[in-house]
Amino acid sequence: MAIDAATVRKVARLARIAEPEEKLEALAKELTGIMTWIEQLAEVDTDGVEPMTSAVHMPAPMREDVVTEGGDASQVLSNAPKTIDGFFVVPKVVE
Amino acid sequence: MTALTSLTLKAALTGLADKSFSSEELTAAHVTAVEAARPLNAFILETPEKAIEMAKASDARRAKGEAGALDGAPLGIKDLFCTEGVRSTAGSNILGNFVPTYESTVTANLWRDGAVMLGKLNLDEFAMGSSNETSAFGPVVNPWRAEGGNAKLTPGGSSGGSAAAVAAELCLGATATDTGGSIRQPASFTGTVGIKPTYGRCSRWGVVAFASSLDQAGPIAKTVEDAAILLKSMSGHDVKDSTSLDVEVPDFASFVGKSVKGLRIGIPKEYRVDGMPAEIEKLWEQGIAWLKEAGCEIVEVSLPHTKYALPAYYIVAPAEASSNLARYDGMRFGLREDGANLTETYEKTRAAGFGAEVKRRILIGTYVLSAGYYDAYYLKALKVRRRIADDFDRAFQKVDALLTPTAPSAAFGLGENADDPVAMYLNDIFTVTVNLAGLPGMSIPAGVDAKGLPLGLQLIGKALDEGTLFSLGGAIEKAADFRAKPARWW
Repeated sequence: MAIDAATVRKVARLARIAEPEEKLEALAKELTGIMTWIEQLAEVDTDGVEPMTSAVHMPAPMREDVVTEGGDASQVLSNAPKTIDGFFVVPKVVE
Repeated sequence: MTALTSLTLKAALTGLADKSFSSEELTAAHVTAVEAARPLNAFILETPEKAIEMAKASDARRAKGEAGALDGAPLGIKDLFCTEGVRSTAGSNILGNFVPTYESTVTANLWRDGAVMLGKLNLDEFAMGSSNETSAFGPVVNPWRAEGGNAKLTPGGSSGGSAAAVAAELCLGATATDTGGSIRQPASFTGTVGIKPTYGRCSRWGVVAFASSLDQAGPIAKTVEDAAILLKSMSGHDVKDSTSLDVEVPDFASFVGKSVKGLRIGIPKEYRVDGMPAEIEKLWEQGIAWLKEAGCEIVEVSLPHTKYALPAYYIVAPAEASSNLARYDGMRFGLREDGANLTETYEKTRAAGFGAEVKRRILIGTYVLSAGYYDAYYLKALKVRRRIADDFDRAFQKVDALLTPTAPSAAFGLGENADDPVAMYLNDIFTVTVNLAGLPGMSIPAGVDAKGLPLGLQLIGKALDEGTLFSLGGAIEKAADFRAKPARWW
């Protein structure tokens, strides 16, 4: 599976990582190398095999739908890049 | 009297209990060792004042007869564990000056039992790497050097700081994490003991996530018994991690020294890979002979899907990583690089904050999860993962544990594998299967190669059967009588 520069541009956009135009070719080559190596998975017969999504053999545990902790805005905001009056400050989201 | 830093954890705890020395003395000796070892770059952050303060509190507890299982023992903490009030970086620039307001469950368990923190240990960025070279804080240098050379070697990764610090006697033990081999490969490269327990044994809460269905914490230690003591404290059910197992935590140390007579040990034939160095093959044979002498029965087994484990891992782990690392968006914590609008701010922040390997894995993960590729790659990998787990299930109907080499080589030079991602990924060829199946795996130092560099053997156990691994690990440790230590050059 060859990955071209256009695909890298698209995937980088989906991943929200700015990749400069001049790096796309080199990245495409690297990713192609990795994906070509991964292609060998096609050799495995997986007909009728249930996908394995978890290594624990138990149902997801349930708990009471109640607040356990919280209520401390200063802790929540203590690592924020920018805050005003107890709010996160972010770039304009809706035009 | 031997230097306090050369004691095992067990011996140090005995000395503390006997009042041969105080935790303050023991901790001060380690703080001095840490400061003297800066050329190793094992620590991202040293916390000497906190260490002495915790040591004094420990001495006070002991004086009152309230000492816990690890009371007064100075440990290193991999900087993937969040520590309250102490900067936690995950080896990345994107977390900036992140100071958690909470404590990871594993480290909280250690402090509950009285342990002392010396500082935060270096690692590959977000634990993605096998040589510690992806750390934003520079690579850790292995305390071991090849005989007659002074080239800098890797301590392995991602828990390179943990392994180097234990091998160089900077701490009595260290926390580590293992997603594809990140405890066991560094342990093998540094002549230390490392165990990745069964998935779900140690809570993942407060551990920076890489690939959640594979990540598991465990200790790196000087001896099998030390690893058992640490793992007991680290383990336990935690309601804050929905995959944490609500099962009893055995006294792992009680298994060390137990007879292994009559245990059936599987030797998976698929682990004899092409190009395996003769020395590793020989060490493996030696390990088989040791276990035979100890009364084990050796059985050849087949794990036919072994060769597909790494490619499957390099879909599953990046897919989970791309999702987990979506949280680093520069809005609520960590680095922010301002752009002209919201999307550009995200893109610039993540471009500036993540290193090359992390970006590569996010891109692969995003690619295999994107429309049109999900079934062909991600779903396929999850099915292959099931095949690999089934292989182990079948083998464990016949045997009690498996014996394999830990890594396909001894420690290599820093920079040696840096140009070829796939060559670097192959480091985890013997370890990654265990993560995919969720099983426990342990690396025990078993010998040195022709250049005098340590090599490890790996034991793989049934789910929740760490006890058998500690018995077998103890038997190998005793037979190997591995006493080599790195010559101090730093």
